[in-house]
Amino acid sequence: MPALPLDEAGKYVAAAYVVFIGLILVYVAIMATKLARIERELEELNELADRREPSP
Amino acid sequence: MYGKGLRALSLATTVVLTGAFALVFFYAPNDADQGFIQKIFYVHVPMAIVALCGFIAGGVMAIAHLRTRAQKWDMRSYVAIHLSLILGVGVLVTGSIWAKASWGHWWVWNEPTLVSFLIIFLLYACYQPLRFSIEDPERQARYASVFAIIAGAFVPLNFLAVRLAQAYTHPRVLGTTGGSLPGDMRLTFLVALAGMVLLFVTLWKYEMTSKHAAMQLRALRRKLAGDEAPVRAAGRSAAPAATLHARPDTH
Repeated sequence: MPALPLDEAGKYVAAAYVVFIGLILVYVAIMATKLARIERELEELNELADRREPSP
Repeated sequence: MYGKGLRALSLATTVVLTGAFALVFFYAPNDADQGFIQKIFYVHVPMAIVALCGFIAGGVMAIAHLRTRAQKWDMRSYVAIHLSLILGVGVLVTGSIWAKASWGHWWVWNEPTLVSFLIIFLLYACYQPLRFSIEDPERQARYASVFAIIAGAFVPLNFLAVRLAQAYTHPRVLGTTGGSLPGDMRLTFLVALAGMVLLFVTLWKYEMTSKHAAMQLRALRRKLAGDEAPVRAAGRSAAPAATLHARPDTH
């Protein structure tokens, strides 16, 4: 097949790079939810530790 | 600590990947044969190479797990394979986009490189269900390691088989005789490859840090609750189980 003209090829190239960036963003978003869960657990643990050893 | 050096690594990844994309669009010339559409290769091929190397690395880590029985190697292998699968999705989608633009079809079944990558991807797609199907953490880790080693050995064999195949319809970015890329395109490709390797290592460390922190938290919760027994992750999971004590020696 002959090479596509720039205006037609551009949308395919853009789509490929958007897929790549999108994958990374989705991954980072999933990791962010896990980080938020860790933060929540940390807060709970902090409260648990406070209850066990009340500050003077 | 897995988080050590993560900031510097993240910065390096951002700089190299941004530089690579700048080279792709402002430095590398359009391919004489394919034109602008060839720019897809600067993201598609590095992703494929890093994904395949990640699968192999997962197999090597699985060997370390079977040799040492240390859970950290199972976790490392799991994260490497998990990330490679995500990159594999990107490879298949970007490859299909290129195929549609270049060949007029989203998928071509008689093209050995495409089909062989799909076979590898589908093989590894069984990895997580395999882990999920085994409840006992020890057995889960052992079986997963055996799977990772066998599948990891299949990756280079499959690659060689495709290279030796007769039908060379898939474009070769790096040929066996030194390649046919001109200097500026080769430089761009190598920077993109370096960026993709850095991205993989950064995300691997990122996920390892997250999983390690979650394990430590669960162990600490159990300790605060007054139970020194090893901690098991709540419910069945495909991820390696947390069997750590409060201050585990995981490195």
